[in-house]
Amino acid sequence: MLNSLSNYFHKKQRLRLIALLTTPVLWLVVAYLGALAMLLVTAFFTINSFTGNVIQQFNLGNFQDMLTDVAYKNVFLRTLGIAISVTLICSVLAIPMAFYMAKITGPRSQKILVALVLTPLWASYLVKIYAWRTMLEPGNGVLDWLLGPIGIHSPGFGGPAIVIGLSYLWLPYMILPIYAGLERLPNNLLDASGDLGAHNFYTFRKIILPLIFPSLVAGSMFTFSLSLGDYITAQIIGGKLQMLGNVVYQNFSINLPFAATIAMIPVSIMALYLYLVRRTGALASM
Amino acid sequence: MTISRNARLLLASLLGVGLAFIYVPLSVVIINSFNASKTFSWPPSQFTTMWWSKAIENTGVREALKWSVLAGLSATAIALVLGTCLAFAVSRYQFFGREVISLLVVLPISLPGVVTGIALNNAFTKQLGMSTGLLTVVIGHATFCIVIVYNNAIARLRRMGTSLQEASMDLGANGMTTFRLITLPNLASALFAGGLLAFGLSFDEIVVTTFTAGPGIQTLPIWIYNNLFRPNQAPIVNVVAATLVVLSIVPIYLSQRLSQDTTTGGRF
Repeated sequence: MLNSLSNYFHKKQRLRLIALLTTPVLWLVVAYLGALAMLLVTAFFTINSFTGNVIQQFNLGNFQDMLTDVAYKNVFLRTLGIAISVTLICSVLAIPMAFYMAKITGPRSQKILVALVLTPLWASYLVKIYAWRTMLEPGNGVLDWLLGPIGIHSPGFGGPAIVIGLSYLWLPYMILPIYAGLERLPNNLLDASGDLGAHNFYTFRKIILPLIFPSLVAGSMFTFSLSLGDYITAQIIGGKLQMLGNVVYQNFSINLPFAATIAMIPVSIMALYLYLVRRTGALASM
Repeated sequence: MTISRNARLLLASLLGVGLAFIYVPLSVVIINSFNASKTFSWPPSQFTTMWWSKAIENTGVREALKWSVLAGLSATAIALVLGTCLAFAVSRYQFFGREVISLLVVLPISLPGVVTGIALNNAFTKQLGMSTGLLTVVIGHATFCIVIVYNNAIARLRRMGTSLQEASMDLGANGMTTFRLITLPNLASALFAGGLLAFGLSFDEIVVTTFTAGPGIQTLPIWIYNNLFRPNQAPIVNVVAATLVVLSIVPIYLSQRLSQDTTTGGRF
């Protein structure tokens, strides 16, 4: 019985494909895309200001509020600034680390270094931000104790703290694709450049950087998009500062349609970003 | 390119700075769990293991751990089945919309968690009239875990090719026997790595969980979050945090031993 069923399926290519695809595609389309589509629709609804109930009537009021209120513009610009800073900081930290790992050290320590970079990815997100709370605590935090003697003091909780915390969280996501990109880069290209008289920095700018650009873009997908939607880091080490995610979170229970409208900002930025990334061809290198 | 001694030294020290940036905060978490002081004070003046024994007895922590493991295992099981099916379909067949699937599958981890969270909450509670609970958490987690299994499985399937399967069929094995004796054993370590990663992702997830769990369920991250700002719980939170830091070595060790094509963890 089982054998004949197995033979039957083997002969029917199409049927096998349909059997493989149906459940996962239904899951993703119904549970995920369906939910997203409903959220998008909700963004055009409004609420009754007395009862707090959602009124299902199509209008653009939420978008109008979002675009005209200067407070939201500030939150938007701040979030964008934070996401860009985090991406830049991660790139600057990651390139030399990845270069040392891929091109300078031997195969044994290479393996250890990869493990050292990977391990914090598994340590809990909350634990890492909590760690930075104890690091940044103004006055008696670890940073003041460690670096106070050389005159560096904790910035306290606020914008800089959010940038530090998010850079900390996403740094491994930047190191690993760059490392993989550098591993694929043939050494003789670097030798050729050196033989032709180029200095190290010139080789870096003219040979290495263009060739690892797709890896940088791949890493930035994580650092940028994960920063763009974050709200928990801002809650824990951001002081009173708000990011887009915080506005969504706060409006979620009192005004869902408006929360949905604000949520469309990171979604559309990411869609635009993905589209641009697709054009650079970096997705293939992920 | 010959790298001068100075450049080497500079790069090595930059690597050192980067690793210090990564590991100093994690070490602080571990040291702090032995800090005898009930409120935060640095550097610790006295050390104790008292908080560790208190944390082990803490019913809130135990309960949260139970929910986390339950949700993680269920979501991983679903993701393993769905992700493997998708990986087979995309790697072994030509069909209309194949590229769309690879985009569809990464969407849940590319979009911000808060968006996925409120979208799922809205769909579950407002549109479908479900109450939030373990089921909704599992559905939410499985959705973003599928891609992890899918990435691991598809990388292995592409590397494997189809020649082994064809050889097995030529020698007279039917589809099921071939799957059982050839395909599955070759795929197993990739599936294990994918499942491990998926479980790790689910175990650590907080944002989607916040919106799908409801008041009845506290996973470990939710428990930490709820107790983060309660001063008298701080020592217990420190111990839980330190445990999670130490445990993060386990999956790295396992996945490094098990598979070669997933050294980056299958996230890339």
